[in-house]
Amino acid sequence: MADDPEDRVPENKVSPPERRYPDTKAVTRKKIVGQVQNTGHTWDGIEEYDNPLPRWWVWTFYACIVFALVYAILYPAWPMLTRATPGVLGYSTRAAVQTDIRRVADANAPIRARIEAADLTTIAADPDLLQYATNAGASIFRTNCRTCHGSGAAGVQASGYPNLLDDDWLWGGDIASIHTTLTHGIRNTTDPDARYSEMPKFGEILTPDEIGQVVQHVRSISGQEHDAALATAGATVFADTCTACHGAAGEGNRDLGAPTLTDAIWLYGGDVASLTATVTNARFGVMPNWSPRLSEADIRSVAVYVHGLGGGE
Amino acid sequence: MEKPDAGPPPDLRPPIIWSDPLSPTDIQPTRLYAAREPVFPRRVKGKFRTLKWWILGVTLGIYYITPWLRWDRGPNLPDQAVLIDLAGRRFFFFMIEIWPHEFYFVAGLLIMAGLGLFLFTSALGRVWCGYACPQTVWTDLFILVERWVEGDRNARLRLHRQAWSLEKVRKRALKWAAWLLIAVSTGGAWVFYFADAPTLMSELLTGQAHPIAWAFIAGLTATTFVFGGFMREQICIYACPWPRIQAAMMDEDTLTVAYRGWRGEPRGKLAKGEVAPAEAKGEVAPADAKGDCIDCMACVNVCPTGIDIRDGQQLACITCALCIDACDDTMAKIGKPRGLIDYLALTDEVAERAGKPVKPVWTHILRPRTILYTVLWSGVGVGLVAALFLRSDIGMHVTPVRNPTFVTLSDGAIRNTYDLRLLNKHGESREFRISLVSDEAFDLSLEGQQGQTVMVPGNATTTQRLYIVAKAGSHAAAEDRSDLRLWVEDLASTDRVHSDTIFNGKDD
Repeated sequence: MADDPEDRVPENKVSPPERRYPDTKAVTRKKIVGQVQNTGHTWDGIEEYDNPLPRWWVWTFYACIVFALVYAILYPAWPMLTRATPGVLGYSTRAAVQTDIRRVADANAPIRARIEAADLTTIAADPDLLQYATNAGASIFRTNCRTCHGSGAAGVQASGYPNLLDDDWLWGGDIASIHTTLTHGIRNTTDPDARYSEMPKFGEILTPDEIGQVVQHVRSISGQEHDAALATAGATVFADTCTACHGAAGEGNRDLGAPTLTDAIWLYGGDVASLTATVTNARFGVMPNWSPRLSEADIRSVAVYVHGLGGGE
Repeated sequence: MEKPDAGPPPDLRPPIIWSDPLSPTDIQPTRLYAAREPVFPRRVKGKFRTLKWWILGVTLGIYYITPWLRWDRGPNLPDQAVLIDLAGRRFFFFMIEIWPHEFYFVAGLLIMAGLGLFLFTSALGRVWCGYACPQTVWTDLFILVERWVEGDRNARLRLHRQAWSLEKVRKRALKWAAWLLIAVSTGGAWVFYFADAPTLMSELLTGQAHPIAWAFIAGLTATTFVFGGFMREQICIYACPWPRIQAAMMDEDTLTVAYRGWRGEPRGKLAKGEVAPAEAKGEVAPADAKGDCIDCMACVNVCPTGIDIRDGQQLACITCALCIDACDDTMAKIGKPRGLIDYLALTDEVAERAGKPVKPVWTHILRPRTILYTVLWSGVGVGLVAALFLRSDIGMHVTPVRNPTFVTLSDGAIRNTYDLRLLNKHGESREFRISLVSDEAFDLSLEGQQGQTVMVPGNATTTQRLYIVAKAGSHAAAEDRSDLRLWVEDLASTDRVHSDTIFNGKDD
């Protein structure tokens, strides 16, 4: 090859360029139209060149294949029956998520410690604690509490799950009471400290007439349409039967979780049919205890969140 | 136009063989893959080359210098004139500040860029490719450096073909070092648009910069070095989608770089003293007379993509017009008029071949299609400018809580909850007052605030919960929906913004 006279060029002269490129012996096909082969087809006189692909493109393609093979060895790649091939590096997205969760938990540990140690009433005054508690409480609420109390915390009247947004509380709406309710629950059998009360089934104690009268009395003290005559008669029944738990004027008793019967908010409904069913068959709402299922910092966060929904006292 | 059955002129019928027939051994069978043949463009002087140098200087100058310009916005905001603050979700451009919900400005600019591309491509052909494209500009710069280090075309050819020696190593090392310096500056300038330039520069020099800055600089250095130093025209021919789009945007009135074959053919070298034939302006040249093209190969040698413009329009021609300058140079040397290769439209070619007068240039540029693009482009531009000036410096977005739509309070009143996002675009904190206007009677209270004012930090958005209560028995409490308008007022500047929303009553 070195002897080829065509290759040698005098050092001080450059020969005039011929119709060929100096470093290839063949004619550059694409430079002279008509010498480039075409695919052989003709569509209405239109033909198609068959230019070679650039070599760098092919080598990039080979490099991609090599990369894929190396990747498949190092990382999880091939699906098998119950899992994928694990890869030599042992990387797993599940492990990565666990690491992330641990990292966030470690970052949150100081503020959670502060929330656990602080006095409940002071959390809302500290902007950092309030922000963390509200956001954490909202997230925990969405996972744990939403199934009964609704995703908007508005409760479900048909099932007697209370509305947490309003200013009517069965067991107390100050933050300490909310915290106790969350920790121990209501009427459950798993926590000996659960809040407890029991409404008797007045269907076994009162006659249907008396039930009708006391229902009309309840409608009158709550400012709804009622039958005046029955209501007057019902006042006596009420005084004998209901005031022990619901208070002398029906204002409720938070120690017993007995609702106030004088306001516009009803746990199960304030219409005659619902009231009759309530009196006849009684109600027995149950709420689970969240300790030890949730940590103390989490329970406090939910308490702050619920307290801040608009009805907290 | 020619009669349909006459066919194209003889010199354009395929296959086109301009040269003397070659021997069969010169023709090799097509290979599947072929190595890149290096292109060594020769230096050229002329008005288009000068224009390209100017555009290169201005565009590179803008690119490298802009991140260093300063603009004072007060103590709380960055002082870089052009800054894309990704973490803070802001775009700063001199006196303009764009928030993420105003991203439509970017969309508008992109639409204008698209319309602008249609406009100057339909008028002037692939001027983006040939003059302004970053690939072209940086390749041009890299070839300039190559010429400074290794010499002009002939010297570079010699160096390319000679064996490795100390001289070759030295020249290549110097060239690559210069290229690397340019590439690093290019990557660096890029990241300076996304962070405060002086701060990031000192962090880079002291090794304290965030790894992502290093990663981007490394990536852009690599791509600039490889694309400008080695890939060059391979990007234009194989990688870039624009050539294929540009060709579709051109029409028969688009000015593009073309070879006047009817004037130049048949090509051949002039012997000394040979009389040049008359130009093809209505005069028919004698059958054995030669065309103006003397096959000096200047147009091929200066071409950065290595094509022969005499073959006609082709994908690889980026219409950089260097061949025009080279050929004009040659024509001047042999005493012929310029313009053997020139900016030409297809309609011009038809007219010239027929000997008819050519349309003036401005009719190619100003025609219904280009005027329509200009009108649309300006329309979008005016709209953006108007929107920019009609913006307020404060904002309020109201999101009514819909789960539940209302809450009954113990006294029978109905309460609705709204989440407000209050935007303060000033550099310092402002006090906002919230008020309500409606046909119905409502009580308004802000969560966590004593009165009806909220303090919003500068250049920030604050979320604020708002409660609106309709008293028991009021019309709004019993009505399914009532309309109301919320006003927010900046107490310091009395700017006011409003948002209309609804109040949901108890729907029995």
